[in-house]
Amino acid sequence: MALKVLLPTALRHLVGNQDEVELAGRNIAELMSGLVQKYPELKKHLFNEEGKLRNFVNVYVNDDDVRYLQEDKTPVKEGDVVSIVPSIAGGNLATIEETSARVELSNEEIQRYSRHLIMPEVAMEGQKKLKASKVLLVGTGGLGAPLGLYLAAAGIGRIGLVDFDVVDFSNLQRQVIHSTKDVGRPKLESAKEKILGINPHIQVDGYETMLRADNAMDIIKDYDIVVDGTDNFPTRYLVNDACVLLDKPNVYGSIFRFEGQASVFYAREGPCYRCLYPEPPPPGLVPSCAEGGVLGILPGTIGLIQATEAVKLILGKGRTLVGRLLLYDALEMKFRELKLRKNPKCPLCGDNPTIKALIDYEQFCGITPQPVAAAPIEQDSYEITPEELKVRLDRGDRLTIVDVREPHEYNISRLPNSILIPLGQVGARKNELNPSDEIIVHCKMGGRSAKAVKLLREAGFKKIKNLTGGIDRWAQNVDPSVPRY
Amino acid sequence: MAIKVKEGHVEAIRSHGESTFPYECCGLLLGRLVDGEKILEETYAVPNAKEEGTKHNRFLIPPEAVLKGERYAREKKLDVLGFYHSHPNAEARPSQFDLDHAWPFYSYVIVSVRGSKAQEINSWRMTEDRSRFDQEPIITLKKS
Repeated sequence: MALKVLLPTALRHLVGNQDEVELAGRNIAELMSGLVQKYPELKKHLFNEEGKLRNFVNVYVNDDDVRYLQEDKTPVKEGDVVSIVPSIAGGNLATIEETSARVELSNEEIQRYSRHLIMPEVAMEGQKKLKASKVLLVGTGGLGAPLGLYLAAAGIGRIGLVDFDVVDFSNLQRQVIHSTKDVGRPKLESAKEKILGINPHIQVDGYETMLRADNAMDIIKDYDIVVDGTDNFPTRYLVNDACVLLDKPNVYGSIFRFEGQASVFYAREGPCYRCLYPEPPPPGLVPSCAEGGVLGILPGTIGLIQATEAVKLILGKGRTLVGRLLLYDALEMKFRELKLRKNPKCPLCGDNPTIKALIDYEQFCGITPQPVAAAPIEQDSYEITPEELKVRLDRGDRLTIVDVREPHEYNISRLPNSILIPLGQVGARKNELNPSDEIIVHCKMGGRSAKAVKLLREAGFKKIKNLTGGIDRWAQNVDPSVPRY
Repeated sequence: MAIKVKEGHVEAIRSHGESTFPYECCGLLLGRLVDGEKILEETYAVPNAKEEGTKHNRFLIPPEAVLKGERYAREKKLDVLGFYHSHPNAEARPSQFDLDHAWPFYSYVIVSVRGSKAQEINSWRMTEDRSRFDQEPIITLKKS
């Protein structure tokens, strides 16, 4: 049974200048091996060192790519036309492939990664890509902790860490990269030690700074993939914008209480974060984990989804979360997904982009920077510091202290003689307060109480002040016996 | 070895590269082989992989597009002589990656585009032993 194999111009001189050859075979595998037997010069151009078809070489039976049929087991019959077609690869996307060609694995590494090496989807080729790849983790907190540990174990060659925080007791409930003995140490130092403990074959680079508009491009440009483990809007928009401008994939994750989200924002293939959320929410509307809490295990789940996506992007295998937003509800134990579309009007990655450089993200998110030198507190200011409150309580001033946190927080810590009115009830219960009394309102950090003060002022309360920094700063600066959470 | 092109071909590739910046542009080089010499007759632009929405974007020109281009060439009695693409913000030279994904004979024309302005343009040909690319001159034929 004979059929025609059409050859591209580039290979014709190797088969006696014909544009087609006649061959016999029952399936693609037989046909291809017959072809290279007859014309051995073709072999190195069609197959790689491992005897597999080079990944840019495609075989078509009539109009169908055999990858979507039965690959090399695709049957052929008389009269079929088989074409060998190249696909042309681009130069700039190639950094991981390019460097992975020069990477070697030691015997020790081969043993370490054996469970990867025996999977065809990873194999030597994929493991070398992982080793050649550079992944930047923004934040080494809840999400960054599992990410750092597992990406290190998987053999990512270079991990960059951006963090300027120090380990706190309240981190240990979820940030498993840090231990109890690390409390008080810079997170970078602690994370680096754990990562290198797991895998000494990799390189860890720390950036002990906040990611800002003036350093983000410089830090990110050296990496292949950025994984966003931050918990605030300015940094999230900054990471997104820098990634789009530098053409890098941004593996996104976010967590709150029992719910998490993950996606991959990669403007060259799909939407960016701005396509999903063109504008940040008003400041204070979405509570942070420090205000609202988070199930300690949740960042583990979401962080590892991000780690999986990063590894898939490097291997070029499977279907990534580009164009999909994964939603996870730990209480219900349910995953859902939403389709995300690229917004053609996106100011960053749309058809006519207007954002061509990084902007001021604090301002964009409505956060006004604190003046460097604090202005002297005016007589009628609506703020009072914990130190000032202490002085006034000590001298016996009559003050009404209103705590606008939730009852479960009140059970953890409270100021002496305070009245609990959770923020949601302030409007309805304001008649429990006397406008002629001097009232101090506080919450955990000062955010919710500022809202309560505004509400009460609008309701006619004049002698009312917000405790700056909340009970948290009270515990830090005035009374260390008050537990912090 | 050289690739002979006609007036307007180099400009067409350069402006294609500028129009798609910061993304790559790509296309096929269609022409004739006259006594072993390549003469370019037509540049055949292919929508880049970004617009096609391909999965991992490892490929600029997917095989369906090459197949379509080959058929178009055959109808016009032309051959595929090679491919062109742009390197936004990078040099007009092939990478190791390009070497692993190339065939001999073809001309690989690369134009460097920086800040949306096309810069140098070079043509490359892989050696038969797959070890490297050699640069080949681009000769523009004057209208006779």
